Amino acid sequence: MELNQFLILSAFIFAVGVYGVLARRNGVLVLMSVELMLNAVNLNLIAFSAFNQNINGQIFALFIIAVAAAEVGVGLAIILLIYRNLRSPDLDQVEQLKG
Amino acid sequence: MNPVIDYHALAPEIVLSVTIILCLLVDLFIPDRPRLVPQLASLGVLAAIIPVLTLAVSGTDVSMFGGAFVVDNYALAFDGLFLVVAYITLLVSFDEIADGDYYGGEYYVLLLTSVLGMVMMASSRDLVSIFIALETISIPTFVLAGWRKHDTKSNEAAIKYFLIGVLSSAVMLYGMSLIFGFANGTKLSVISEYSAGSPPALFAVAIFLTIVGFAFKVSAVPFHFWAPDTYEGAPLPVTAFLSVASKAAGFVALLTIIRFGFFNSSDSWQPLIWVLAAASMTFGNLAALRQTNIVRMLAYSSIAQGGFILVPLAVAGDVSGPSAWEAVLVYLMIYAAMNLGAFAVVMAVSRRTHSTEISSFAGLGRVDSVNAVMLSLFMFSLAGIPPLAGWFAKFVIFRAVFDAGTTAAVVLGVIAALNAVVAFFYYSNVVRRMWFDEAPEVVSSPRPASVALTLAIGITVVVVVVVGVYPEVFARLGQLAFASG
Repeated sequence: MELNQFLILSAFIFAVGVYGVLARRNGVLVLMSVELMLNAVNLNLIAFSAFNQNINGQIFALFIIAVAAAEVGVGLAIILLIYRNLRSPDLDQVEQLKG
Repeated sequence: MNPVIDYHALAPEIVLSVTIILCLLVDLFIPDRPRLVPQLASLGVLAAIIPVLTLAVSGTDVSMFGGAFVVDNYALAFDGLFLVVAYITLLVSFDEIADGDYYGGEYYVLLLTSVLGMVMMASSRDLVSIFIALETISIPTFVLAGWRKHDTKSNEAAIKYFLIGVLSSAVMLYGMSLIFGFANGTKLSVISEYSAGSPPALFAVAIFLTIVGFAFKVSAVPFHFWAPDTYEGAPLPVTAFLSVASKAAGFVALLTIIRFGFFNSSDSWQPLIWVLAAASMTFGNLAALRQTNIVRMLAYSSIAQGGFILVPLAVAGDVSGPSAWEAVLVYLMIYAAMNLGAFAVVMAVSRRTHSTEISSFAGLGRVDSVNAVMLSLFMFSLAGIPPLAGWFAKFVIFRAVFDAGTTAAVVLGVIAALNAVVAFFYYSNVVRRMWFDEAPEVVSSPRPASVALTLAIGITVVVVVVVGVYPEVFARLGQLAFASG
């Protein structure tokens, strides 16, 4: 296997994630898109780690997985809060503050 | 193989962690918690300052976990800054939290957790530990921004801050993963060695992505759009914390990663920081000119001040001595004092008027002359008028620019000087309205400011005036912090 194949796949996943964050209006889907971006990072780290025989990348990936879980926990709580107050997970409705 | 652990060097982090756990337990079990938890939290922060001082006196650098965690003067200077800022934030929080009738215990726990991340950040010398520290800072602040659960504005502040925060982390991590691939290591010293060679062009892309991630955190233009909305929607003490402590932590991360990691590829990061600095100053100031709400005005002003802090970083590669790094530290310390002070006065005044519109400050000079004098001092200091501390902050920046002496540096210096003039208009506008306009009728019931809030205003005003008259105090601190490196 070539290193480049993994890097191209991860760049593609990252791009899909960025598109999702920009195009989706549903809070939960935006959150899932961010997860895609983070997993692209993990794929990168593990590919480099295996290719360079350097264990640090895999440790870094483990930390990212743990922190991503914490972030999603907080994120879902905030989206749930908005759903309770506005009866919709649609982020376009959250626009009181402007200027 | 057991790692060597120096408990003295880790003491600030340990004291803060113990305080966090104690606050949680007290909040759960002790009936008198509304009074006890805030006192415990502020005692914990003050106790954490003690080991910072003893470590500074002992003066030996400690390196742990294979060089990923270093306690030296540089780290201690920022530790001290973060802990003092945390203490003042706690002082301005007491009233607001007690009146808000919300979950006080959680507030202090989250705030301290964020401070713990900041103290870790100053010592981190590894991509992994920088990332962990950054997330420890960010995740509690997402919750704090949305702390008024039933207020849709607070919800909006939280979701915007959260989405931008995780997006910026993901971009930053993608950059870090590429850097790991190139340099074959996560330690900043390894990355520094690698960038001293001749790295490929793609390494510049990795640096670009990493710095863009941090640019979101410090709300540099064009990655700033979340800041005004989040600042306005979040509770006022949280806004003060975000605009000072959390922003300073972002700058420390940027400073650490550039100084210890990317320094040798200055071709890659200098132009990027240059653009961010120029755009932040110019756009922040122009947008602040047309604000009618003082919190939004302070939000845009803090974006502009962030641009000023980026100026010495943008020229750091061309400065031979440490004057550019010193400028960042000195500016951050002075900015922390004057911005926290301004927020504290806004809080004290809005307790009476229940409004943060600039129009509600009209005629304050006659109604409440003490607070009007204080706010005038902070506004003039933010504008950089001698003999208040703000002028020295501007001075160290221009000194760094002249030390660099390149064409790019001089152009940036001219942009900064023009912006300082623009900024004077909106700062002085607030002062003009306070002293020369008629006061509007106030119908609501006044709530007097507590001792804690007054103390916070007192501490910050003393710093602003004393450092303005005797700038050697902070200048010496800056020299000490960067003496060995």
